[in-house]
Amino acid sequence: MNLQFRNLVKVSMKGILKNRMRSFLTSLGIIIGVAAVIVMVGVGQGASQRIQSSIASMGTNLLIVFPGSSQAGGVNRGAGSWNRFTMDDADRIREQCRLISAVSPVVRSGDQIIGGGNNWNTSIYGVTPDYFTIRTWTCEQGELFTDRDVASSRKVAVLGKTTAETLFPGQNPVGERIRIRNTPFIVTGVLKRKGQTAMGPDQDDVVLAPATTVLYRLKGGRYVDMLNASAASMEQMAEAQEELRTVLRAAHRLRAGDDDDFTIRSQAEITEMATSTTKTMTLLLGAIAAVSLLVGGIGIMNIMLVSVTERTREIGIRMSVGARGRDVMMQFLTEAVVLSLTGGLIGILLAFLVSLVMNRFTSMQAVIRPDIVMLAFGFAGAVGIFFGLHPARKAAGLNPIEALRYE
Amino acid sequence: MKPIIETRNLEKTYIMGDVRVNALRGVDLTVQPGEMAAIIGASGSGKSTLMNLLGCLDSPTSGEYLLEGHRVSRLAADAYADIRNEKIGFVFQGFNLLARTTALENVELPLLYDRKKRIPDPLGEAEKALRRVGLGDRLDHEPNRLSGGEQQRVAIARALVNRPSLLLADEPTGNLDTRTSMEIMALFQELNDQGLTVVLVTHEPDIANCAKRIIEMRDGQVRSDRPVKDRIEAPRPSAGANRGKAGRTA
Ligand SMILES: Nc1ncnc2c1ncn2[C@@H]1O[C@H](COP(=O)(O)OP(=O)(O)O)[C@@H](O)[C@H]1O
Ligand SMILES: [Mg+2]
Repeated sequence: MNLQFRNLVKVSMKGILKNRMRSFLTSLGIIIGVAAVIVMVGVGQGASQRIQSSIASMGTNLLIVFPGSSQAGGVNRGAGSWNRFTMDDADRIREQCRLISAVSPVVRSGDQIIGGGNNWNTSIYGVTPDYFTIRTWTCEQGELFTDRDVASSRKVAVLGKTTAETLFPGQNPVGERIRIRNTPFIVTGVLKRKGQTAMGPDQDDVVLAPATTVLYRLKGGRYVDMLNASAASMEQMAEAQEELRTVLRAAHRLRAGDDDDFTIRSQAEITEMATSTTKTMTLLLGAIAAVSLLVGGIGIMNIMLVSVTERTREIGIRMSVGARGRDVMMQFLTEAVVLSLTGGLIGILLAFLVSLVMNRFTSMQAVIRPDIVMLAFGFAGAVGIFFGLHPARKAAGLNPIEALRYE
Repeated sequence: MKPIIETRNLEKTYIMGDVRVNALRGVDLTVQPGEMAAIIGASGSGKSTLMNLLGCLDSPTSGEYLLEGHRVSRLAADAYADIRNEKIGFVFQGFNLLARTTALENVELPLLYDRKKRIPDPLGEAEKALRRVGLGDRLDHEPNRLSGGEQQRVAIARALVNRPSLLLADEPTGNLDTRTSMEIMALFQELNDQGLTVVLVTHEPDIANCAKRIIEMRDGQVRSDRPVKDRIEAPRPSAGANRGKAGRTA
């Protein structure tokens, strides 16, 4: 039977409160460590959530098809003409894939455009109207171009909001003329703002034109850069992907043993790829912060060791009235743990405060994860026990006479 | 009657590097319940060493110590702690109070380690002990707001709070002026009258003569052991006008 728990807490709390300043400084390392862990991981989490939501804003049930095999170490067939996409590929998918609700080729080009007396360097995407469905993009002014515009390669364009505002500030660009590489286009509409992606460029800094027009009239080639498709339902993403693959393989006349000469990425995969980077970043930030927590623990040990020496007389007095070595040890251990846990609690509060300020006043978003809060708190307690143990045992080993004689 | 203290050939040797100090060289001492004994002797004669052994703060190198008939020489550290907590009250020259801790909390301290819960109401008991030493109105005072005499009273209250059978005091008046010393001695006499066995160390003859028996030590041995003939009756606070003045009674 040792010191009752109630007495133990009482004795330890007195020890702590008698030296408020020292106690605070002791806890400071833990406070900062815990707050750092929570905020750092929170920032990583925030970044990853942003990326996820911006990928979600790319479209619904999105499948992106890139030319080229994804098989690493496979036979490199070079960039032969047959492993790129043509407009026919898109048509075939549209006709043959029952599980694909929309498909659009994407022909990328970038150039100086002139309009409304201004010029602007932007991205030009050749697409079909399905693209607007896939990316859930609608017009704010005017209207989108149609399949017929694509069929007849008409020189029409839809402007992203940023492009529209840059070329035609304060004006309605619908019906106006722009020139891309000396080819005049008529603006049919202006798209709604989609916003900035987390890491990527401004999605609204764009000009969208019929794929055929961009392909034949601007670039003068045959090949489209990629295909965007939308699966009919979220549940059947995998099946849709498989169906798309079969159709494309047939279109590219691949035989049974041949590797795909294209790569299909689903939205889930893209999300995963993007978030895996942020996960690594989160881990790294967390690890750095954990080190600071550890350093905080060493601080506790330091102060507790000094405290044992400083309070040698107190220990002697306690022993002389009947405290056992264990009682003294538990007192110091409890003090260390209480210090680290209070430090942990204050650290959690600080983390909430910092992330609140951060979310309000900076572009960084810190998302506090309850599991990390628990982890950091638990870690703080463990640090207290671990680093409190040595000084506590040192105190317990003192001889009452020598302790009393200590000046 | 069973003696409260009985030592047989008690020896204590301190070893400091190559130097061996024979602080106690065979002490045979018997103290009966209800006695009030003063240990005197030159500095370095081994008084404190003996008190520490009697108070179970330290263990002898050899020899026997029986406390209330139980052999307590060479016990484990925890057993010593329990004896200190249950059977002994110890008063030091330097008071040894916890700083920044109220008188009441200082006195309560031993009861925090009262494992057997012998005393059900620690705070009540601590308050009672403080009243007993005449500090009922100083409960919330911290040591730095108390005079030396008052601090020693708090220390005595702390020594009493666990209802010990033996009160040991190593030069309890060593840090106090004559008048205050006598007040403290009056308290010891009063406690002794109430049946408590008191053993104290002093080198002042007047203080020693407040006891009923004087044990003189020299070079780690008992040199003489005699009853006090002209015992000084230290004036009790209740004696009113006479308070603080030492008077002799036959
Ligand atoms: N912890 C110790 N280590 C070494 N020597 C000690 C220790 N305590 C006391 N002594 C020695 O033992 C002898 C007796 O000391 P002590 O009992 O304190 O004497 P007193 O209290 O009568 O003055 C002295 O010579 C002293 O130096
Ligand atoms: Mg001494």
